[in-house]
Amino acid sequence: MSDINVNTPMENLTIGGNIYTSGNARDFKTGDWRSAKPVYISENCKQCGLCFPVCPDNAIPVCKDTLQRTDFNYDYCKGCGVCAKVCPFKAIEMKEEGEE
Amino acid sequence: MSIRERLSGNEAVATAMKQINPDVVAAFPITPSTEIPQYFSTFVANGAVDTEFVAVESEHSAMSACIGAEAAGARAMTATSANGLSLMWEMIYIASSLRLPIVMSLVNRAVSGPLNIHNDHSDAMGVRDSGWIMLFSENNQEAYDNTLMAHRIAEHKDVQLPLMVCQDGFITSHSIENIELEDDEFVKNFVGTYRPEHYLLNDKEPIAVGPLDLQAYLFEHKAQQADAMRNAKQVILDVSQEFEKLTGRKYGLFEEYKLDDAEIAIVCMNSTAGTTKFVVDSLRAKGIKAGLLKVRVFRPFPGEEITKALSHIKAIAVLDKADSLNGIGGALFEDVTSSMFVQNIHVPTVNYVYGIGGRDTTADQIESVYADLAEIAQTKNVGNPYRYLGLRKGDVK
Amino acid sequence: MADEMKKPYNLKEVVATKPSRFTEGHRMCAGCGAPVVGRMILRALHEEDHAVIANATGCMEVSTFIYPYTAWTDSFIHTAFECAGATCSGAEAAYKSLKKQGKLPQNKNTKFIAFGGDGGTYDIGLQSLSGAMERGHDMTYVCYDNGAYMNTGIQRSSATPKFADTTTTPAGKVVPGKMQSRKDLTEIMVGHHLPYVAQSIAVGNFKDLYEKSEKAIYTQGPTFLNVLAPCPRGWGYPTDALMQINKLAVDTCYWPLYEVVDGVYHITYKPSKKLPIEEFLRPQKRFKHMFAQGNEWMIEEFQKEVDKRWQELLDLEEMTNRVTE
Repeated sequence: MSDINVNTPMENLTIGGNIYTSGNARDFKTGDWRSAKPVYISENCKQCGLCFPVCPDNAIPVCKDTLQRTDFNYDYCKGCGVCAKVCPFKAIEMKEEGEE
Repeated sequence: MSIRERLSGNEAVATAMKQINPDVVAAFPITPSTEIPQYFSTFVANGAVDTEFVAVESEHSAMSACIGAEAAGARAMTATSANGLSLMWEMIYIASSLRLPIVMSLVNRAVSGPLNIHNDHSDAMGVRDSGWIMLFSENNQEAYDNTLMAHRIAEHKDVQLPLMVCQDGFITSHSIENIELEDDEFVKNFVGTYRPEHYLLNDKEPIAVGPLDLQAYLFEHKAQQADAMRNAKQVILDVSQEFEKLTGRKYGLFEEYKLDDAEIAIVCMNSTAGTTKFVVDSLRAKGIKAGLLKVRVFRPFPGEEITKALSHIKAIAVLDKADSLNGIGGALFEDVTSSMFVQNIHVPTVNYVYGIGGRDTTADQIESVYADLAEIAQTKNVGNPYRYLGLRKGDVK
Repeated sequence: MADEMKKPYNLKEVVATKPSRFTEGHRMCAGCGAPVVGRMILRALHEEDHAVIANATGCMEVSTFIYPYTAWTDSFIHTAFECAGATCSGAEAAYKSLKKQGKLPQNKNTKFIAFGGDGGTYDIGLQSLSGAMERGHDMTYVCYDNGAYMNTGIQRSSATPKFADTTTTPAGKVVPGKMQSRKDLTEIMVGHHLPYVAQSIAVGNFKDLYEKSEKAIYTQGPTFLNVLAPCPRGWGYPTDALMQINKLAVDTCYWPLYEVVDGVYHITYKPSKKLPIEEFLRPQKRFKHMFAQGNEWMIEEFQKEVDKRWQELLDLEEMTNRVTE
């Protein structure tokens, strides 16, 4: 499905606009929407979990085995800042995109 | 083996539905199609079918539920008339654009307003370009047979479009006529099992149906629909041929009644064709070369074939049971004349709008049309091409 | 509810071990409240179960399924704005029929969930929803309520709170925003005598939302969830403030959290200190005019309405529990 693009001839498009590869929006990166960027400060993080579910873009990966979060997935993070605001331990800092 | 019975048009369709045994029927009562879900509910209540009957709260929901069911992988059917179809309008287009072979019985009735429950074709004409295959039925037998053939056509891989079987409200839906039914086993085998390639309930391949389809894709998806509609013509012919082999009852894209050597001809659809055949016979007895072309397949419109069948006629009248309120003429008239024009066949042709709101159309009136045609054939003068039949009109100067 | 003993809710475990069925790569606005709740509701599905999701036209639909991309890992269908209820009911009827006929594997379960915004649920889709619920389909309808037609640009709906400034109820010199109170859809659904109706929101560790979702999805029959899903653009607050706004919604009792199980009310969160409604209204630009000098009456009126509804709920809880005891 991800091989369908604006140059695909009509014969090769799925009928009705159906999609048979569920969840393929992962192929569509939204990271370039970002104007502010959350920076993960792991040493401050207590792994409390409050930031895990608040990300609208599922951009906070959580390890299946350790149940601990890792760094942001910037392919999708839109920089809304909900995670930073909810963090009680200053483990997420919002910075201007492009700033180091 | 065919079984001889006496059934109304609605009973005939309901019987076909029972024999088809669809997985889901979602319908809402509206005159004159109400009896179809009524009869069908008794089949459900008595365990004669496996169907889930969804007694929805509106026709909009009837079509929405049919779409949900068909996309889920089920065979879904419904029945409606007039305003019911109008309320479905939005979903009618969505059903065809999602390429779901839903089958609907449309018992034709005048669309409001003002309110009128009787027959004309304004409901069907309102959705004529919505991407549904449209079969018209002269009588109960044809309504039954068209319903039996419907799924084979709609579900064909080259088509995958919804299909409506039309018949005239009250005139055929409520008239009991002799009919030949096929036995249940025959229908089961003829219709076959529905095996969609992709469907919502397949947990091994979850699918997404009904996207936001923007500038880069909608054009192509619409063109695919148009292709499918064109493909339907051959599929209808193939299925009809198979049906004829098995039942002896012949169906094509249209029926030519004494048209071969005719000089004047009427083109019409549904029950009026019965009256017209009667008139043709009586005119033939007087030596008048009258003929009839009864359109069965209105969508896809068999323009080339109709042109060919009419090319030798000296004057044609196209009868429309719905006025198009467009200042130029009825829908069937437009389709017939434009088909002939683009193929460079120019036969004097007039349009009669008739039978609106259930107004009776008598044999005498049909005969008057042939008399007009005889005159046009002789003088080659069409005069006013946009005419009415059976309309009360004073002599206003 | 399923018979087996439920493990106590553990946020980390849920998020880490249950893969998201609502993926990244969707195109809802930054900070949108809807994907946050949508994703958690789907996490309440048992992993082995398949789902068919019906979605009304709205922000969520047009941002998650733009050809050729879908953000849903389950089967998904969108037809139109007003008919997620009916569409879902058709798919559920198909399931019932095909399963009965042995045309689907007997050992696999499919659950049916419809999502609609408040426009597609409180307003244009109310009839379709009501019909589907009355007919008893085994499905869960989730309204993500952001209090206006956000997808078309913030027009008022019957879920829009009184005095809110929307593009069709602009706060003007003569008419100060929307002049009607919010419809109480949750109570309308309770009036359908469903086995499970609940109102929830995303707060804290999402326990309330997760548990109610699981109950709704795994209660046999038609169930309804109404979930407040703030819209930073439509409500006029900074995109990062989602969770603070949600907390204020419940602490002011603007959006009470409760469930109604077979007609019996349980308020699932009673703030130890009920905050004044100003706390919820102040951070939102749509209520800005209420804080202008001379408009104190608007806040008072709003507070009265909130208090009245909260008291009604307390009374209902008291009454329905008394009757069944």
